Amino acid sequence: MSRLPITKTPKVYVGGAFIRSESSRVFPLPDARGDFFANIPQCTRKDLRNAVEAAAKAGPGWAKRTAYNRGQILYRLGEMLEARAAEMTAALIRFGAPKARAAREVGLTVDRLIYYAGWADKYEQVLGSVNPVAAPYFNFTVTEPMGVVGVIAPDTLPLLGLVSMVAPAIVSGNTVVALASERHPYPAILLGEMLATSDLPGGVVNLLTGFRKELVPTFATHTHLRAISAAVTASERKTIELGAAESVKRTHFVDAEKTDWFGDRAQSLYEIRDFLELKTTWHPVGA
Amino acid sequence: MPTLVSARKKAASGRNGRSGPELIFGDLWPYDPAPETADPKLKPRYELFINGEFVAPKGGKYFDSINPANEQKLAKIALAGAADVDAAYRAARRAYETVWSRMPGRERSKYLFRIARLLQDRAREFAVAETMDGGKPIKESRDFDVPMAAAHFFYHAGWADKLEYVAPGRGVAPLGVVGQVIPWNFPLLMLAWKIAPALAMGNCVVLKPAETTSITALKFAEILQDAELPPGVVNFVTGAGETGAAVMGHPLAAKVAFTGSTEVGKIIMRSLAGTGKKMTMELGGKAANIVFDDAPINQAVEGIVNGIFFNQGHVCCAGSRLLVHEPVAGEILAKLKNRLKVLRVGDPLDKNTDIGAINSREQLAKIHELVDSGVKEGAALFQPPCRLPAKGFYFPPTLFSEVTMSHRIASEEIFGPVLSILTFRTVDEAIEKANNTAYGLSAGVWTDKGSRILKMSTELKAGVVWANTYNKFDPASPFGGYKESGFGREGGRQGLLDYAKLI
Amino acid sequence: MVCDLMKAGQSASLRKLFDEIGPVDCVGIEERVAKYATRSIKKVAKVWGLKTAVSMLDLTTLEGKDTPGKVASLCRKALRPSDDPAVPSVAAVCVYPSMVRHAKKHVAGTSVKVASVATAFPSGQAPLKTRLAEVRAAVADGADEIDMVINRGAFLEGEFGEVQDEISAVVEACGAAALKVILEVSELETYDNIRAASFLAMEVIRAGDFIKTSTGKTSLNATLGNNQVMIEAIRDFYLDTGVAIGMKPAGGIRTAKQSLQFLIAIKETLGDAWLTNKRYRFGASSLLNDLLRQLEKEKTGAYQAPYYFSEATESY
Repeated sequence: MSRLPITKTPKVYVGGAFIRSESSRVFPLPDARGDFFANIPQCTRKDLRNAVEAAAKAGPGWAKRTAYNRGQILYRLGEMLEARAAEMTAALIRFGAPKARAAREVGLTVDRLIYYAGWADKYEQVLGSVNPVAAPYFNFTVTEPMGVVGVIAPDTLPLLGLVSMVAPAIVSGNTVVALASERHPYPAILLGEMLATSDLPGGVVNLLTGFRKELVPTFATHTHLRAISAAVTASERKTIELGAAESVKRTHFVDAEKTDWFGDRAQSLYEIRDFLELKTTWHPVGA
Repeated sequence: MPTLVSARKKAASGRNGRSGPELIFGDLWPYDPAPETADPKLKPRYELFINGEFVAPKGGKYFDSINPANEQKLAKIALAGAADVDAAYRAARRAYETVWSRMPGRERSKYLFRIARLLQDRAREFAVAETMDGGKPIKESRDFDVPMAAAHFFYHAGWADKLEYVAPGRGVAPLGVVGQVIPWNFPLLMLAWKIAPALAMGNCVVLKPAETTSITALKFAEILQDAELPPGVVNFVTGAGETGAAVMGHPLAAKVAFTGSTEVGKIIMRSLAGTGKKMTMELGGKAANIVFDDAPINQAVEGIVNGIFFNQGHVCCAGSRLLVHEPVAGEILAKLKNRLKVLRVGDPLDKNTDIGAINSREQLAKIHELVDSGVKEGAALFQPPCRLPAKGFYFPPTLFSEVTMSHRIASEEIFGPVLSILTFRTVDEAIEKANNTAYGLSAGVWTDKGSRILKMSTELKAGVVWANTYNKFDPASPFGGYKESGFGREGGRQGLLDYAKLI
Repeated sequence: MVCDLMKAGQSASLRKLFDEIGPVDCVGIEERVAKYATRSIKKVAKVWGLKTAVSMLDLTTLEGKDTPGKVASLCRKALRPSDDPAVPSVAAVCVYPSMVRHAKKHVAGTSVKVASVATAFPSGQAPLKTRLAEVRAAVADGADEIDMVINRGAFLEGEFGEVQDEISAVVEACGAAALKVILEVSELETYDNIRAASFLAMEVIRAGDFIKTSTGKTSLNATLGNNQVMIEAIRDFYLDTGVAIGMKPAGGIRTAKQSLQFLIAIKETLGDAWLTNKRYRFGASSLLNDLLRQLEKEKTGAYQAPYYFSEATESY
């Protein structure tokens, strides 16, 4: 008699722990053939609130790490994903990705992490400046992370899209609360497991699963989220912008359909810049 | 933790604090009136500036611009309606497509240099006009606003043919027509902050000055004509909130840039939700100016005064919340009181005036309301004896001590010559109090310890940190806020990028 | 040996004093004083300022070629700077010790004091004994005021106790004469040092004594900046102790316009109580004629040629 396999209970990764929704709600996720795969947490507004708190708690420590250290941790993330590439590829295939594309998506996701890992101790040198003011002052502009960034990931390329949006936000010291693809949430669940075994401190990346309709308005209005990076529809965009106005939140939109996630343009120094504040300091020069 | 030094100091000031020696700032040597007499060359009536020409508003309506120093009418200003705003945008779009976006940067650059030079030529005339229209002291419009406005054009002129250095690794392109709405506190300077980078990048502009301070923008239009700037590259539409809404909401605006209150900024953000327009918001502030016990106290007192009384406190980055280290709180309050006695409040055109007129009756009422709330909520008020002119809008320099974070005067932007003084005991407490606000535009820190300066500068959630100084500006220095103080920067290479798209 | 240790201890405690008085930000000082230069003083205020500046002058001649004759003409000018009786006498004539008795003959019994630079002016590089003897001799010859130099070498070495002890010794040697302590700011170099030296001096001199910027014999003399540092020190010392010390900028103030800016600094920093020659002096020689020129211009409305005024050095 063949052995009955143990199935995994998918949980979301929040604050460094694997949790169910506080509401205990789940939704059934079928695989590409239509067979039942697992129940996925249907996260609520309160789960989002809790995730933002976890992200806010992790923020100062993450931002204070040296750029070199953040770069190494992002690199380690790449290592973890590379090591479990087969598992991730299989998951993508199970939910409908053609084989070749799935392998390519996983490989490029690793590369994207490595790309941003390398920026960690360099973007400041390109984006900051010393400014020659017309008075006896030393004046310089540095970049700083914004704080907690909300990410709403695309359905197309659920792994690469998500990582392409999360990595440039966290490399500079932001922390992230991300809503995984509604249609293909499982890669994000799996990614959470890989994050947990990397050196990334708990709370730096928090991954929620659930329904956009339920969560997007809360992403929009939560004032502790200082920025939103979203791959959304036009009407969702309006919702986010209306909500963002209430606390002068920074918004960054990605056109999921037009974006060539595999292309070089999908990764850029300016994706990092979009989640940075610029701070200028003046000090007199004199003895 | 206070140092031993400051403990000794505190003991000393306590010993002599009660009925100690006083300085006399009396009338032994009063200054005679010293009015600036240069001719501001005002016209009785100002039209809209559209497509390189002064044109009457289609609705035929005008409003009065008054001098807040004496409530006298200065000129009639055209009231732009939606049709006028539309005409301005069409002219701008035409200029953008046919001339400005096609012109080599080298040539655009020369126009901006010309503008800078022509403004320098007429500096005194503009300073007088600015002071009469807005109420700020002539020494500020003469020594700060106008020269700084010219400097912004000069700085950005040099960028126009060097745009490939703005975004390393990427090319940049102009956005198109930019709609800009500016406030009344630095009318000409805000105009320069907005127009210079937009034009350097190759954009065209429709700008609305503040309702109470339109005159220098329309005088500036004369300079644009003298500079032979191609028609339509810059257009001025004057009016109040309705005109502003039309400027912000016009479909031809690829980007809008707004400087003003957080309240109005949010309204604009809401109204533009879903339109895809780019935005820059430079909004309100409630900056903490933090003084440690090891600071150069006498210069800190100057910095505090400059931080809150510059331009009557009509400054979004004003150091309106003074956070003083407890060991030196008594000394600083005493020194501030003496310093306030020397400030000269009165006729803005007098060269010796330090604090001029409040910009409008409405603003004066708002200041009164908030100051009354401070008194009601139990803060200790100090105002030096001073004679305010009978006509016009004036408010004496005001200190509130014994303020706590829950007082309205500690959290709301007063935008007037009113300083709220709070105390702190430790570095962490100073940081917490400074950051305990929805705003994040600027902050000040005064200490002699280098490593503490850098620590504070890192921890303060503000776009500009002045260490051992306050209220300093430069075209090369990016300016703009964190949190509800807005987003985007003005000035420097970083500010320029906000007027570009990456290609 | 014991004596050395005591001295070291005294210097250490004075170093603590410097912590207590706090640092000076030099850019902040420059910005503060730049605002004085933008004040516009007109009409009645200008005339009052010019006359007050005249009354605050220590009319000075400090040359190797000084003679009793030169001092005599200086004294006449000091007593009656102008034919206009509304123009006051200056505060004092300032001369070398050898000229004190000659000067005293001319101004005795008037409001004009005789001030003398003693203590091996301008370097101060003579044994303390010699310097004190010089002070006593000048006082004995009739000097009402003594302008001493501090020991800059000792100051820069950190021997603050020695600096202060020497000032105390000169105070004693002065007797009833008022003392002006010259810091020689150009040699102290930084505003921090100037503030520290001001406090060192103020702790041991008497109410009514002065601190003074410079000898006029080095490249940099009185500026609005070092004047500001010193008058802020005077203010802080006064508010702390109630002891009012006077101030004398010297050297480099040649024009009426400059002197008005210094007076504005006083008005806005120390207040009305220091707008008197009992608490503020200008050490200058050519300033007087420019003050007189400007006063004449205010009276007549016509700009004046320098050679209309006695003792003018400009002959073209």
